[in-house]
Amino acid sequence: MGSHSSNRTRVPLSRMAMGNGHGEDSPYFDGWKAYQIDPFDPAENPHGVIQMGLAENQLCADLIEEWLIDHPEGSICTAGGSDKFRDIANFQDYHGLPKFRNGIAIFMGKVRGNRVKFDPDRIVMSGGATGAHDLIAFCLADPGDAFLVPTPYYPGFDRDLCWRTGVKILPVNCKSSNNFKITKKALEEAYNGAVDAGIRVKGLIITNPSNPLGTTLDRATMKDLVDFVNEMNIHLVCDEIYAATLFRGPDFISIAEVIEEYDDDCCNRDLIHIIYSLSKDMGLPGFRIGIVYSYNDDVVRCGRKMSSFGLISSQTQHLIASMLSDDEFVERFIAESSARLAKRHGYFTHELERVGIRCLDSNAGLFVWMDLRELLAEQTFEAEMVLWRVVIHKVKLNVSPGSSFHCSEPGWYRVCIANMDDQTMEIALARIRSFVLENMMGNCMRVVRSKESKAVECKLKVSFSNRKMEEVMKMPCSMSPCSPMPPRSPLVRART
Amino acid sequence: MLSRKLSSNSHGQDSSYFLGWEEYTKNPFHAIDNPNGIIQMGLAENQLSVDQIKGWLKRRNLTGCEPGVSDFKELASFQDYHGLPAFKSALAAFMGKIRDGRVTFDEEKIVLTAGATSANEILMFCLADPGDAFLLPTPYYPGFDRDLKWRTGVEIIPIHTSSSNNFRITTSSLEQAFRHAQTLGMTVKGVLITNPSNPLGTTITRSEFNQLIRFVDSKNIHLISDEIYAGTVFNNSPDGFISVAEALHCGNHSLSQRIHLVYSLSKDMGMPGFRVGLIYSNNPSLVSAATKMSSFGLVSAQTQYLLANMLSDESFVHSYIEENRKRIRERKQLMVSRLHEVGIPCLESNAGLFCWVDMRGLLDESGPSFGGEKRLWTRLIHEVGLNVCAGSSCHCSEPGWFRICFANMDEWAMEVAMDRIKSFADSIRGQEQAAGTVLGQRFILLLLLSFIFVDDLGRTLSSQVKS
Repeated sequence: MGSHSSNRTRVPLSRMAMGNGHGEDSPYFDGWKAYQIDPFDPAENPHGVIQMGLAENQLCADLIEEWLIDHPEGSICTAGGSDKFRDIANFQDYHGLPKFRNGIAIFMGKVRGNRVKFDPDRIVMSGGATGAHDLIAFCLADPGDAFLVPTPYYPGFDRDLCWRTGVKILPVNCKSSNNFKITKKALEEAYNGAVDAGIRVKGLIITNPSNPLGTTLDRATMKDLVDFVNEMNIHLVCDEIYAATLFRGPDFISIAEVIEEYDDDCCNRDLIHIIYSLSKDMGLPGFRIGIVYSYNDDVVRCGRKMSSFGLISSQTQHLIASMLSDDEFVERFIAESSARLAKRHGYFTHELERVGIRCLDSNAGLFVWMDLRELLAEQTFEAEMVLWRVVIHKVKLNVSPGSSFHCSEPGWYRVCIANMDDQTMEIALARIRSFVLENMMGNCMRVVRSKESKAVECKLKVSFSNRKMEEVMKMPCSMSPCSPMPPRSPLVRART
Repeated sequence: MLSRKLSSNSHGQDSSYFLGWEEYTKNPFHAIDNPNGIIQMGLAENQLSVDQIKGWLKRRNLTGCEPGVSDFKELASFQDYHGLPAFKSALAAFMGKIRDGRVTFDEEKIVLTAGATSANEILMFCLADPGDAFLLPTPYYPGFDRDLKWRTGVEIIPIHTSSSNNFRITTSSLEQAFRHAQTLGMTVKGVLITNPSNPLGTTITRSEFNQLIRFVDSKNIHLISDEIYAGTVFNNSPDGFISVAEALHCGNHSLSQRIHLVYSLSKDMGMPGFRVGLIYSNNPSLVSAATKMSSFGLVSAQTQYLLANMLSDESFVHSYIEENRKRIRERKQLMVSRLHEVGIPCLESNAGLFCWVDMRGLLDESGPSFGGEKRLWTRLIHEVGLNVCAGSSCHCSEPGWFRICFANMDEWAMEVAMDRIKSFADSIRGQEQAAGTVLGQRFILLLLLSFIFVDDLGRTLSSQVKS
């Protein structure tokens, strides 16, 4: 059976294939794996892990289903739609179906309150936003070049921007002390650091609304970014994949609007590019609808050719073109989606507050940026991972640790809230309450026991009231066990 | 300012292959609206069997491919790069059926990609480092210059083939290409073939198969077989269609880890717009890496769902495969016989959506040259109104060969195209005859004049002698 072949040297795969540039060794994915082994199901597996690590929008799937049933012309599979089958199935032009590009351009404008118009001829298709990141990096940078990316950032960037392209990411560190705003100082530090290290910076990549923060950039910051990239003559890539997930003020300001305020000699539009997708705004990640929108003609031309490697299925283009041409549906969808997100977000954060857990104040996104710093035994990333493992394995919630987003401070976690129904949300909240309560009880016992000893060792700020304790005790508990906690009460807030 | 990749032209789109498409796009033939437009014969698409698929859709009447409210949400959210299990299972079965059951496929070894374009690029990223080389027999699909090289930095070294043996791959041509790569300082990582061949339309013989296997085994390199035209085999050659998949079960473990297939539904099912491609490999490390890399171009879940349904309908698949083969055979025979009538031979072929046509007889010089080929191609586009693919764009080492596609048009357009070729060939032959007649007349005149001269000279000399 080919015994001689065991003596042969195995032909290795490429360095790219054998390395870990795919980024899947990150804890971001470990939580997913824990979920896959033991996924929650209300009937089949009620004690399984609830997936809160996946930023999906499943709150409005019913609206799309209704539209599909009412509009069989959107599908080429129905008896009525099959006449279009031939042309659609044959259509592999990398320019994309014109009505698809038109539909996307109009949708992008609507999502920005029609404050700005998009040109369908600048739309380049890609295999989801994942494919769009890979494509734009190939177009703008060479191996060894770098992009600046403010932290915390989406973990997938490490794979999407760097794996195949050989490009590096240099973090622009943002701090909780100013709510993780991007400052000119941080940008300059990162840029100068690159120059000192002999690394060529090709661009700055931002996600707005931010993943994982859920916040939008204000106009002043946006202008700082535009000024910065023009001064340094580097590209600005704005990933606006969460544009329609805005659920309250302040408004979302797209880069497309900001550059309108500049004269041509103050802003070189060839530097400006937008990444978009329908995965989040419309909850259609499975359909792989990614877009690169560039103000740079060369990037559009080259990007089109490169899009051959990840075109959108023409079947899907046809469906989306149909759907997005229905103005009434689109406007209703955007409004309803925003309302449902607002409700979900408001409820979830309110319930967390009641047990003393705070989140960064946010106005968009499909998640909250949860502050669990005070639960850490010490302010280290190791302690963050210890807590995270407890949350995954004992509390049975898959959340994402801040370190996987390259956050510069430990203790933050992204928790996704739009990918489940209300019932599952309640169960998740119950588990959180139960976890908080059990640890509070544990801490109280430790406080009592150590009353004669130095209570300060517990570092408890005795600022929670008995009333608060009673409130928590009245809340419904889940049956999830949790392990003893370090001696810090979750109800203790760092009162500033 | 921008990347070198953007600024260079290694996307390959300056080749005549793409220029012809552009010309067609500016002036496309339409039987009614533009009967003098350019007929597209440069596009290897299969439109012969679309009606069968439409018939299936009408019978099944899937309500938007999302049969129930609860299923839609799952489908719309499904972005697992392992792919829909039902789809991969149906694909594995389909791949076996188009090989008449001679090989079977395991769905766990399939990696779904956005078309064969993406599959081939992913294989390069996973098997080779920048600067490494893959050997490809010429002539080959022009798109490979972009797909294999552009973003990967991999080089293609041609394995030259010759019309003298019907463009078959030989051990000596393989060895020559390998040595050539070495002299250029490149590490050869593998051989990539297209089987059935594009542009030749032939499947590899048993002898070629054995030589390829021995060669990659001896050099310890990979073998990729792009079998995108597997379902277009319409005639059995003496050896039948030998899929490289046969080597996957060869018993040589090390070798079986280095054999990889590429497939797609674009040609066999006529669905290039749906972007369904795949890599098939026994090598678990490759499958793992390629699966992760497929994230950049997954197949739409909507499309996976539709095709899972379609391909798991066994009786439909069976009748589709048979009917498709029959129609391809008939269309090809029509073209070959019409070309034969005007003295234009084609390479004997048993597969593909095109013929490899020998137009050396229509070149404008006595000896074939690529300059002559280019001039002929230009005439074909602009005077005759046919977009065909010049052999040089397929890196053929001999000028005068053209790939002409026959499956992407209806019979009317095919008849118009054949009439145009006949007129063109006749006019060239007529010109040649006329030129030949003129030449012949000049030759005879010269001959006569030379006799008169000699005769005069003789008389002059003799008179001098006499005097």
